[in-house]
Amino acid sequence: MISAEEIKKDFLILKDNNIAYLDSGATSQKPKQVLEAVEKYYNTANANPYRGTYKLSESATQEYGRAREVVAKFINAKYSEEVIFTKNASEALNLIAYSYGLENIKKDDEIVISIMEHHSNLVPWQKVVKQNGAKLKYMYINKNYELDLEEIKSKITKNTKIVAITHVSNVLGTINPIKEIAKIAHQNGAIVVADCAQSVPHMKIDVQDIDADFVVFSGHKMLAPLGIGVLYGKKQLLENMVPFIMGGDMIEYVYEQETTFAELPHKFEAGTQNVGGAIGLASAIKYLENIGFDTIHKLEQEIVEYAKQELSKLEYVETYYTPNKENHCSVISFNIKGVHPHDLATILDSCNVAIRAGDHCAQPLIRYMNIPATCRATFYIYNTKQDVDKLVQGLQKAYNMFSKFIH
Amino acid sequence: MSDLNDVYNDLIMEHSMNSYNKRKIENADKTEKGHNPSCGDEIELQLKMDGNIIEDIAFTGQGCAISQSSTSIMSDVLRGKTIQEAKEIVKTFIDMIKRETTDEKQLEKLEDAIAFKNIAYMPARVKCALLAWHTIEKML
Ligand SMILES: Cc1ncc(COP(=O)(O)O)c(C=O)c1O
Ligand SMILES: [Zn+2]
Repeated sequence: MISAEEIKKDFLILKDNNIAYLDSGATSQKPKQVLEAVEKYYNTANANPYRGTYKLSESATQEYGRAREVVAKFINAKYSEEVIFTKNASEALNLIAYSYGLENIKKDDEIVISIMEHHSNLVPWQKVVKQNGAKLKYMYINKNYELDLEEIKSKITKNTKIVAITHVSNVLGTINPIKEIAKIAHQNGAIVVADCAQSVPHMKIDVQDIDADFVVFSGHKMLAPLGIGVLYGKKQLLENMVPFIMGGDMIEYVYEQETTFAELPHKFEAGTQNVGGAIGLASAIKYLENIGFDTIHKLEQEIVEYAKQELSKLEYVETYYTPNKENHCSVISFNIKGVHPHDLATILDSCNVAIRAGDHCAQPLIRYMNIPATCRATFYIYNTKQDVDKLVQGLQKAYNMFSKFIH
Repeated sequence: MSDLNDVYNDLIMEHSMNSYNKRKIENADKTEKGHNPSCGDEIELQLKMDGNIIEDIAFTGQGCAISQSSTSIMSDVLRGKTIQEAKEIVKTFIDMIKRETTDEKQLEKLEDAIAFKNIAYMPARVKCALLAWHTIEKML
């Protein structure tokens, strides 16, 4: 099996900076293979896709189409036109909220989300319910930071029209039972939006198997460049939706007062698209598939278990993750008693350890947990035990600095 | 980045962990809240005036060591000053953090608050250091 040390060599930024990068949940680093694929595209095939009648434009169009097919196959979409390229997961969620939510949600309908949602999968739904006179209901977590089946079943009812749920929490690392949630939603006549921003980088997602109606994720959290994301939607739903952004390439005929729109996927891709980003994403998928998700799982399991074990030795560290190993993925939130997370992040930075501190775009969850903020270490395929050791050393330093002032 | 110990020095640490300025003032003349969403820092400043002079100043709140110690040290520095003097000190502090003043002579009037000088080199923490000072700007 390939080792994290071996993988790390592909990431020049990690090699050159001697940094323990533990913030891949915010954005991952990029391997040289992905950067080379993007560079190659710009050096050999770049032009405005769809718009030129010359060879280069055709090559750009073809490369873009190929990237879409790679993504479709990666998530096992039935049709490649079910894959819409967006800027990121947030844009994809907004597209669903505007083009599906606002159009279909009626007065007194209910949208169900969980308390652990990222603001991107929360604020757009607030807008929908406010504008349409509907209700936003929350599924809350139990003491293991998980959603109980009873909680899920009690919140999703015949009044529910949309269930929007994160697959993996970006604060807790909890893996939600997305397939069961989809089943319960469908039994009640609701559609399911799965926010897979934190799951797609780490595990094989089969959109037909989980049977979600919409799935969103961001390329930049899974080794691809910034600025490319994916919306998957079931064809029949997408076909019946109104466009989100209007402009070039998404139309069929435009008259002075009327317009007809292009077919999928172009209907949802207005303006010149990020072809370089799509090619980078396809290359990132190839990179991940070369390693294989079984290996990725083993590598991550090893590093996360090691981190949990080392953190548990520090009696002043408080952690927030489920004890059920099989329901937990790649994220460890923690606090040191008496040290504010932002001070901790600054001190860790001085030890060349990059973690995130704050509310992680999940204020309702942090408030529900009744803590001011957390520090968060997130792990990916290139993280080694040395990275964890550096984190632990940094935590000890911070604790020593602060504890001598506790009188 | 500047040396960590320049920023988390004993004075700043002591003020952040054990501030005697963290208290309520009975019948204060002015109360103002300050909030720094990037860190979740929250303070509530209180002033008791004696004519033109800041007779007492205290605060309550929670947040990072930088925001809490900055509020506490500011309280020490501004207590007993006239409004005009306080305004000048506040301006000088903000200029120092924004690196618009480096004149040592000017900075002397900051007294202990000069301890925050190196925050200017930590962009992520500038808001923490400035929270109290922007809050009191509205009260003077
Ligand atoms: C669970 C989850 N959903 C959505 C997002 C939004 O992703 P982006 O900022 O790439 O749009 C993130 C990441 O920030 C996330 O962790
Ligand atoms: Zn702060």
